[in-house]
Amino acid sequence: MTATEERRTAFEDNDKKPLGHGRMLRKEDPRFIRGRGHYVDDLQLPGMLHLAILRAPMAHAKILSIDTSVAQAHPKVKLVVTGAMLAEKGLAWMPTLSNDVQAVLATDKVRFQGQEVAFVVAEDRYAARDALELIDVEYEILPPVIDVRKALEPDAPVIRTDLEGKTDNHCFDWETGDAAATQAVFDKADVVVTEDIVYPRVHPAPMETCGSVADFDAVEGKLTLWTTSQAPHAHRTLYAIVAGLPEHMIRVVSPDIGGGFGNKVPIYPGYVCSIVGSLLTGKPVKWMEDRSENLTSTGFARDYVMRGEIAATKDGRILAIRTNVLADHGAFNGTAAPVKYPAGFFGVFTGSYDLEAAYCHMTAVYTNKAPGGVAYACSFRITEAVYLVERIVDCLAYELKMDPVELRLRNLIKPEQFPYTTKTGWVYDSGNYEPTLREAMRIAGYDELRREQAEKRERGELMGIGVSFFTEAVGAGPRKDMDILGLGMADACELRVHPTGKAVVRLSCMSQGQGHETTFAQIVAEEIGIPPADIQVVKGDTDQTPFGLGTYGSRSTPVSGAAAAMVARKVRDKARIIASGMLEVSVADLEWEKGSFHVTGDPSKSVTIQDIAMRAHGAGDLPEGIEGGLDAEVCYNPSNLTYPHGAYICVVDVDPGTAEVKVRRFVAVDDCGTRINPMIIEGQVHGGLTDGVGMALMEIIAFDEDGNCLGGSLMDYLIPTALEVPDWETGFTVTPSPHHPIGAKGIGESATVGSPPAIVNAVVDALKPYGIRHADMPLTPSRVWEAMRGNHQPPI
Amino acid sequence: MRVTMTVNGEEVTREIEGRLLLVHFLRDHLGLTGTHWGCDTSNCGTCVVWLDNEPVKSCTVLAAMAGGHEVRTVEGLEQNGQLDPIQRGFMECHGLQCGFCTPGMMMTTRALLDRNPNPTQQEIREAISGQICRCTGYATIVRSVQWAAAEEAGTRTVLEEASS
Repeated sequence: MTATEERRTAFEDNDKKPLGHGRMLRKEDPRFIRGRGHYVDDLQLPGMLHLAILRAPMAHAKILSIDTSVAQAHPKVKLVVTGAMLAEKGLAWMPTLSNDVQAVLATDKVRFQGQEVAFVVAEDRYAARDALELIDVEYEILPPVIDVRKALEPDAPVIRTDLEGKTDNHCFDWETGDAAATQAVFDKADVVVTEDIVYPRVHPAPMETCGSVADFDAVEGKLTLWTTSQAPHAHRTLYAIVAGLPEHMIRVVSPDIGGGFGNKVPIYPGYVCSIVGSLLTGKPVKWMEDRSENLTSTGFARDYVMRGEIAATKDGRILAIRTNVLADHGAFNGTAAPVKYPAGFFGVFTGSYDLEAAYCHMTAVYTNKAPGGVAYACSFRITEAVYLVERIVDCLAYELKMDPVELRLRNLIKPEQFPYTTKTGWVYDSGNYEPTLREAMRIAGYDELRREQAEKRERGELMGIGVSFFTEAVGAGPRKDMDILGLGMADACELRVHPTGKAVVRLSCMSQGQGHETTFAQIVAEEIGIPPADIQVVKGDTDQTPFGLGTYGSRSTPVSGAAAAMVARKVRDKARIIASGMLEVSVADLEWEKGSFHVTGDPSKSVTIQDIAMRAHGAGDLPEGIEGGLDAEVCYNPSNLTYPHGAYICVVDVDPGTAEVKVRRFVAVDDCGTRINPMIIEGQVHGGLTDGVGMALMEIIAFDEDGNCLGGSLMDYLIPTALEVPDWETGFTVTPSPHHPIGAKGIGESATVGSPPAIVNAVVDALKPYGIRHADMPLTPSRVWEAMRGNHQPPI
Repeated sequence: MRVTMTVNGEEVTREIEGRLLLVHFLRDHLGLTGTHWGCDTSNCGTCVVWLDNEPVKSCTVLAAMAGGHEVRTVEGLEQNGQLDPIQRGFMECHGLQCGFCTPGMMMTTRALLDRNPNPTQQEIREAISGQICRCTGYATIVRSVQWAAAEEAGTRTVLEEASS
């Protein structure tokens, strides 16, 4: 079924509001369409001051001196703070999410352009900016390390002189799979194809930049921090550890978030500065970064230089994949990934194929660039993994002169092989891959497209058809394997049913636009039959919600969603016992029909969930051993990740005169298991596909040889507008997750993961007459033009 | 300096610095936080408001330049408790996710419908091409505008809606 067909069905049933899963308009929209969202920068507190940050103008330099006296004399300035002042309080450095440290304000030297050097707190935001101009910093410029390939050369300047005994820019080495077994398979293979594949540095660039308002109440000793955080509970714990404040005296509130995409997972120096500013002034302090600060200093994404190798038989049986990766982690290792996974979930680079062997070796290095690395809807680096495998499989198809769909169909994991353990140890929970690919081919009219392409090639027109097939791994994760700085990646959920049968559900995860207020009300409604409109969803406030690790890596539905379903079932179990008392029958004689229990064989004898809620809080007798109330809480520890999959087909036209790429059509068929709200799912897919067009054709955070960021504004960092993307064509198949309570898998990042290879494969396919097997992103007109002239260069 | 302008039909006068941007005047001085700020360079369009019925990027207009003029913001779309069809269209067709670009998108597309009640998909895409949405991929925004156009023309039917 295509999404259009599904939409039509939904509209025909427009009056039937779902009492659970199904298309439902969003509960959060009435405030947004009136301009009454509550974003961090909307907050105005009495006496609030404004904070601005002075940043390094160059990539690598020693700080010789900082003179703040003129700035401090500015009539509207309340406070100027430098790294040296923070160092006195032990706050100059903070831990990153990868057990490295990062400077809050630089003390010894600056290590990337845009790094935080000092901050000013002033009466208004303009005055704070003015005062930055009055701070005099004397630097001694050092040679920067910009080219990741040269970072480990013996004479490379050492960036992390703060780390004791550090004599090079090595960050870590990591490997997965079996090197010897893989070599043995490569040795016997008919065909081996090798390609150097770069996934350049990009940036999530949410429309709302990062910021915070810190308000320290010295009398109560309580800090409230309104902040752009995708993980408020994890942030609170880290603030407690870093600042030494007792955790119960810290309240972190994420209000409405204007897009996250992983950009709002890390703790940034600006947040800490706002806290310090409030502690020192006794006033609320607001910090809101500008767009250039967002693009140059906050969590970037990707930056992997990969060599991919694939071994196959001559008739197209894929035997093994091997890769060697050079990872650019910037000046501090700020990767936001589970601790035991320094390369995130890159280990799923074996893709959707049944292989005999696989091996990856990775070397990560420091460079004079901003820290980050796991962001932009990447599902912990699965973007890079899927891009590698889907590109190298297309390179193999090129060499074998085989249709890329045919090659994939021959090698996809078969449905009877699930649960499938990959050669790198991932256990894919469920999948039925071929029907998904067939559905994408049906919607696209694949054979007809190939005929059209053949005709156009005859006429010298450049039309390309690109295919990708991906398997995602989302919903981190089982706490025995996965933690962030020691915090297990489980999520809790609390449900309270009020006496009148209305309910409030409290989540530990966070919405950055995904529509949790709707989806989670529907998950609970499906289980206990209270209409979604009667269920309030509370999230983002650590004083009001149970502990959990937040929203990133498409984990809300797989983890928190499971917790929500289970807590609702727990309430329903209690409701059943109360109902048995009300109807004077045994529990075994009751049947549940969404929203009520009735006596088996006599539907006229029934009580609704609302009746039960009133009885649970009322004065009447309750069955023995049952306490009053109808509340419950669960903490869900997933037994495995969930593995959504999808098949994407992209059609592009390349102008032979200008080398401009036009994405004419894009067909996306996704399988995320049980579909809770198809409208929201379609929206998640559309957004990710647009990210894919951006990364494949436009977006790059590049640097010049001095380390100046060349993508520091939206004039330089190009994001797709409505004119660069087609009218998306979506479809779906449904393969439920066997271990998730409602069979749902994550969907938030599938399209960002799956679409870049489809687009690049399409462009390379269009350029086939030029004998091109590979070209690196972003495929801007100038880069495609160079490729057409046999002069393709990697972008970094 | 003192500036006087009409905002959403109401005359306001404030003492301001001459360099104050209209977006900050609306947000910080009038508390109209529905208009957002997203870049510095007129690229993102989250700050679009109307100046004398023309959409402008309020991050690139000085508050002083709006003196003596009429400004309309997202807060002025709803009239007498009635949502504008463009607001309903965005809700009906999932034209928003995080909601940050939405006020600017609605102001631009409301202006589009005022001068072109029946725009084509391409005309809608061109109208919003100076604005960025990171969440929706634009297709649902196009549908939202088409929904509003059909609603205003009285031609919206269930099946048209579904195939839009």
